[in-house]
Amino acid sequence: MYPQNYSYTKEHEWVSVAGDIGTIGITHHAQKELGDIVYVDLPKPGAAITAHATFGSVESVKAVSDIYSPVSGEVLEVNSLLATKPEKLNEDPHGEAWLVRVKLASPNELKGLMTAADYQQYIGE
Amino acid sequence: MSQDSAPLKQTALNAIHRAQGAKMVDFGGWDMPVQYSGLVEEHHAVRRAVGLFDVSHMGEIDIRGPQALHLVEHISSNWAQKLNIGQIHYSGLLYETGGFVDDILVHKVADDHFFICINAGNQEKDFAHIQAHNTFDATVELSSERYTQIAIQGPRALETLQKLTKTRLAEIKYYWFVDGEVTGTPARIARTGYTGEDGFEIYFAPSESARIWRALMVAGEEFGVKPAGLGARNTLRLEAKMALYGHEIDASISPLEADLAWMVKFDKPDFVGRAALASQQDQLTRRLVGFEMTGRGIGRDGYEVQIGGAKAGWVTSGSPSPTLSAAGTPKNIGLCYLPVQNAAVGTEFEILVRNQPVSAVVVPTPFYKRSKG
Repeated sequence: MYPQNYSYTKEHEWVSVAGDIGTIGITHHAQKELGDIVYVDLPKPGAAITAHATFGSVESVKAVSDIYSPVSGEVLEVNSLLATKPEKLNEDPHGEAWLVRVKLASPNELKGLMTAADYQQYIGE
Repeated sequence: MSQDSAPLKQTALNAIHRAQGAKMVDFGGWDMPVQYSGLVEEHHAVRRAVGLFDVSHMGEIDIRGPQALHLVEHISSNWAQKLNIGQIHYSGLLYETGGFVDDILVHKVADDHFFICINAGNQEKDFAHIQAHNTFDATVELSSERYTQIAIQGPRALETLQKLTKTRLAEIKYYWFVDGEVTGTPARIARTGYTGEDGFEIYFAPSESARIWRALMVAGEEFGVKPAGLGARNTLRLEAKMALYGHEIDASISPLEADLAWMVKFDKPDFVGRAALASQQDQLTRRLVGFEMTGRGIGRDGYEVQIGGAKAGWVTSGSPSPTLSAAGTPKNIGLCYLPVQNAAVGTEFEILVRNQPVSAVVVPTPFYKRSKG
C-alpha cells in the first residue's frame, strides 16, 4: 500500500526523490480520512515552498485541509490532472494523483521524514 | 454540549458501526458514524434506493397528564391543538426573546400524552426549559434512554421496512405515526425524516437495536441498502433545506429570520416567545436564503458573506451538492443570512473563501424536491 521508496510526514504527505527532483503527494490514509475530494489548490510553477509549511489545500465534500510540504524547494511542475479530476486523489494518491514536482533546496531534510514502515506504524495500519 | 474531558456517549449500535468500518466522530458529545463506505455513495443510496441511519443520539421527551396539551401549547410555537392523535408537526421551542432553544417534532400520542423528538446536544437544556415553564397539571420526562431511533430513508424505505412489520406502512401518511411493531418488537413508526426523501423513523427499546439493524440491512439488500453516516445526513438535509441546530438556528435566531414563519402560529393565544416575534414581524432585518456558488469554491459554515466588499451576513451551511452534481457539472450550494433587502432570488454577492471573495447568487429553495407518486 505505502511504497517503500517514498518518505512520509506526520501530516500525511509523501515525497519520492529522483536525483534532486522530489515528487510530492498525499497518502492513501489522508485521502481516506478526507473522503470525496472536490478541489485541490496548488501553487504555480516557480513558487518556493518550505518544509513543514502549508503550500496548498485539499477540499472534500466535508472539509478543507491544508497540505504541508515534506521538503523545501522550487515548484517545477503542477499536476494538471487534479484541476479537472480531483477525485483521482481518492483513487490513486500514491501514483497518478501526485501534486507537485519540486527542485530540492536541501536534500538533508529527507532524513527527518518517516519510512513506509514507520509511517504505517504511526497511523496504526 | 460535552466537556472535552467527558467520555463520549455511545448509542446501542456503536459496536455495529465500528464493525462495519465506520469513521467515528464526536457529534454533540456522542461517538457517531460520520461515514461508512463514503459520503457521496451513501447520499446517492438514500436518493435512489434506501439508507439506514442510527439517530439514537436524538433525544425524546414525554409530556403526560390532564394539561399536557396546555404545556405543549405554552412551550411550542406551532399549534398542538390542531394535531390529531397519531399526527406529528415540526415546531420551535423558543426563548422569550424569540430565539430557538431547539427545533422539535411534536407527536400526539393521546389527548393527555405528547412525545417530542429533540436534538442530541440540547437534551438537558430542553428538559430544563420545559420544566421551568411547567405550571400545568402535567409531567415532563426526559425519556431518551428508553429509545433507539433508526431512520430508514429513500424511495425503497417502505418496501424495506414493510418486510419486518405487519403494520401497513402505506396507510401511514407523511408526518403521521403508528405504535406498531418491527420484527415483533413494539415500535413507534413515524413517516418522517431529515433527508428530503420518503421514509420512516422508528423508535424502540435499545436492547433490540443490533437485531433490528441487521434485519433492516438484510431486508434492504435487494435494493442496495447502505448504512449512512452524519456526513450524508448533512448533505441530504441541506439539499432539502432543513435547518440544523447550531447552524441555521440557535438562541440568537428566530423562526421568522430562519424562513420558518409557518411554524409560528400568532393566532394561538400565547406561547413563550410570542411577544418578541410579534414585534419582530414588521422589522425583520435578516433572512435565511439559499445560494449557489457561481465562482470556484465552497462557502462553508461560518464564512463571511459580503455585498460590495462590506460584511453583510454569514454562511450557516455549505457543501457540494451530490444530487445536483450528479449530472456531471459540480454544484456547490449553501444557506446564509443576508439583509432582507438583499435576500431576493437572483441577488449576487460574495463569500470569503479563505480570504478570497468568491461569487455566489441567491437561488430558490429547496435545492432538491423529490418527485411524488
